[in-house]
Amino acid sequence: MIAELGQYALILALALALVQMVVPAWGAAKDDAVLMGVAAPVALAVLGFVTFAFGALVAVYVTSDFSVVNVVENSHSQMPLVYKITSTWGNHEGSMMLWVFVLAVFAGMVALFGSNLPDRLKANALAVQGAIASAFLGFILLTSNPFLRMIPAPAEGRDLNPVLQDPGLAIHPPLLYLGYVGLSIAFSFAMAALIEGRIDAAWARWVRPWTLAAWLFLTLGIAMGSYWAYYELGWGGWWFWDPVENASLMPWLAATALLHSAVVMEKRDALKIWTILLAILAFSLSLIGTFLVRSGVLTSVHAFASDPTRGVFILGILTLFIGGGLLMFALRAGELRQGGLFAPVSREGALVFNNLFLTAATASVFVGTLYPLALEALTDAKITVGPPFFNLTFGGLMLPLVFAMPFGPLLAWKRGDLLGVAQRLTLAAGFAVIAGVVTAAAEGGPVLAAVAIGLAVFIMAGALTDIVERAGIGRVSAPVAWARLRGLPRSTFGTAVAHFGVGVCLIGIVSETTWSLERIASVKLGDTITIGTRDLTFARIENRAGANFTARTAIFEIRSGGLSQGTVEASRRMFAARQMATTESGIRTFGFSQLYLSMGEEETNGAVSVRVTWKPLVTLIWLGAVVMALGGGLSLADRRLRVGAPKPARRRAAAPVAAE
Amino acid sequence: MTRKSRRLVLIGAGLSVLALAAGLILTALNDTIVFFRTPTEIAQKQIAPGGRVRLGGLVEPGSVEKTGAAVRFAVTDGNHQVIVAYRGLLPDLFREGQGVVAEGVLQMDGTVSADSVLAKHDERYMPREVADALKKSGHWKEGEPGGPVPQQSVPATPKPAPSGAAVPSSILPAATPASASSRSPAP
Repeated sequence: MIAELGQYALILALALALVQMVVPAWGAAKDDAVLMGVAAPVALAVLGFVTFAFGALVAVYVTSDFSVVNVVENSHSQMPLVYKITSTWGNHEGSMMLWVFVLAVFAGMVALFGSNLPDRLKANALAVQGAIASAFLGFILLTSNPFLRMIPAPAEGRDLNPVLQDPGLAIHPPLLYLGYVGLSIAFSFAMAALIEGRIDAAWARWVRPWTLAAWLFLTLGIAMGSYWAYYELGWGGWWFWDPVENASLMPWLAATALLHSAVVMEKRDALKIWTILLAILAFSLSLIGTFLVRSGVLTSVHAFASDPTRGVFILGILTLFIGGGLLMFALRAGELRQGGLFAPVSREGALVFNNLFLTAATASVFVGTLYPLALEALTDAKITVGPPFFNLTFGGLMLPLVFAMPFGPLLAWKRGDLLGVAQRLTLAAGFAVIAGVVTAAAEGGPVLAAVAIGLAVFIMAGALTDIVERAGIGRVSAPVAWARLRGLPRSTFGTAVAHFGVGVCLIGIVSETTWSLERIASVKLGDTITIGTRDLTFARIENRAGANFTARTAIFEIRSGGLSQGTVEASRRMFAARQMATTESGIRTFGFSQLYLSMGEEETNGAVSVRVTWKPLVTLIWLGAVVMALGGGLSLADRRLRVGAPKPARRRAAAPVAAE
Repeated sequence: MTRKSRRLVLIGAGLSVLALAAGLILTALNDTIVFFRTPTEIAQKQIAPGGRVRLGGLVEPGSVEKTGAAVRFAVTDGNHQVIVAYRGLLPDLFREGQGVVAEGVLQMDGTVSADSVLAKHDERYMPREVADALKKSGHWKEGEPGGPVPQQSVPATPKPAPSGAAVPSSILPAATPASASSRSPAP
């Protein structure tokens, strides 16, 4: 019964989404306030029905209703409750449901908090949201119905893929989707601006918080996915340049560029056309990501059932929205009024620099991801574009960008003084040189690694320099500096913290890739492996049982310089329902570094192959991302950027749209 | 500076970044791409040793030899086979008779010294490139379970595995959940 109600709710949601698409847009064209007024309540109704449908799907999972095909395939009555809930989106159909649910949530938020948006902008934006929702609800209902029944119902389900039976599934997909789908808001606003043929600084002020929120979630989602792959797949890689990872990285890069260009648009009324284009591109890349992951073009952890009709359907959606978006852009962008002037060396110039390199980096990832697919389609040759390609192209393009990062926030708007900024960054550069030299002396390794560490320190110190300079610390008395510090807008701290996070992340990346230690050995009970300053002794091996698996666990004692540091244990789990084994790596964190142990199969003579890795400062990679997201959160908390914030009094009437 | 000259600076900067990106991409594509090869292609195409290859096929049953953490196995496509040497942990789903992709350097003696070994992505599918290669060599029957051919709606009871199939099938044919990318590291 619940399943039927869920499906019924989905159909109603589709009907309403079609209304949401057509009526407000018509109203905006006719300048009819009543028709435009339909947008918000309908968007909320869509949200209500989609929430009900999603809730119904969760309910059939929680109650292990094996008369629903989707539940049979992806659940098992003995799974812990949390995995019964998360397995709702651990499959193609449910994952699309989550996608649409998040989309409805975003549209609902615009409807709720957009009460001081100009009517036409709001109506058009919600209409575009309605179009996206209609397309994806249609996709679910026509090709990926999660509520399909199975008669007769089997007594037991086939269990969730063991790799997905992990808390990561509760966090990674929702965060990632909040990011992916959040970018649809930027897209909808861009389309609405193009439909109206006008755009101004106020537009950027509406779009920025949404983009910032989407970016924040995307950052956390990608970081979480990376950490999940790191501990779950058993060999300690944190980024594979896998097409599916690239699919999430591309929207992230575009969103990062969009955030920065929207600043220019908001503050200086410039780069309008470019910002609109970026908003379209960022969401297009989200759609391309969805297509790559969901169509089965790629085989990967994320490619659930591949079904050609689904691929074609998503390709259709993709063509419609990307093509439609770019067509609108081509037709209407010329009508947008040009904005403020700026010298090449200025804050605007720095943000343009940022945008150029970020988009070029996005393009390089795009080429590397799609070139093999295109080549295979055209010539039948199968090639792999692996890490070396991305390290060279992406790395090569990010290097100038991160070097320029500390300069940007210190430059003045309109016309900056590069020499003056360089002088103010002398101290930061000094720290960077010291860090680089100390690293080279203490750790050795390639010169490039020491340079990269210096660069990371430069970014971090440069981010702090910005705050120090603005507060006048060292130049004015302490109480004055404190008062100034308190008076700084939160978005200034947000920028500094986010940039600091990039430096933190870079240190982790360089350190892990350069100074990791690895031992592979076949060991018997009592054998010792030495790695760095630590000795690991194979103490015992035992059987354990989980709710729906049995495990063979190897326990190693860690000693460093004669002192015991506890144990680390790795195990292999056998999941009976699927006859599938997974490796659970053992991880011990020491400071920011980690000891990583994974075990292979046991041999008949009792020996076990194990891999032990010492990963120095590896946690900084993800902590850096968390710090970046924290910076995003700080900026979001800035009252000037708060969603639906009232118009600041000092803003001139030159922003007519904001005045309602 | 006039509006026009500023625009020129902007366009110039854009073009130079674009040129840099294009240059990097082309250089990298020349140097870093790796071709997927089947054992037959390696045997017949006289590929120069010393280059990187991605070798795909089935693990020849009975060919796996382990010495400590080092392992050697043969990859076959039914017509030819190539020996792979690897040091490290094999992925969870590595099995004799199952699909595998090994990436590494082709040696003078015709073996591949692998630094990564990928097995099937989950218990149902084999790597797509392997399935395609097997189709090419005629050792694949369309529509077999275990292959990449999707099956959308699910039979209520598991199908029995067809016996004697060239491609091993799984017990559970079904549309599916995600899969484990079982990779192994470079030693």
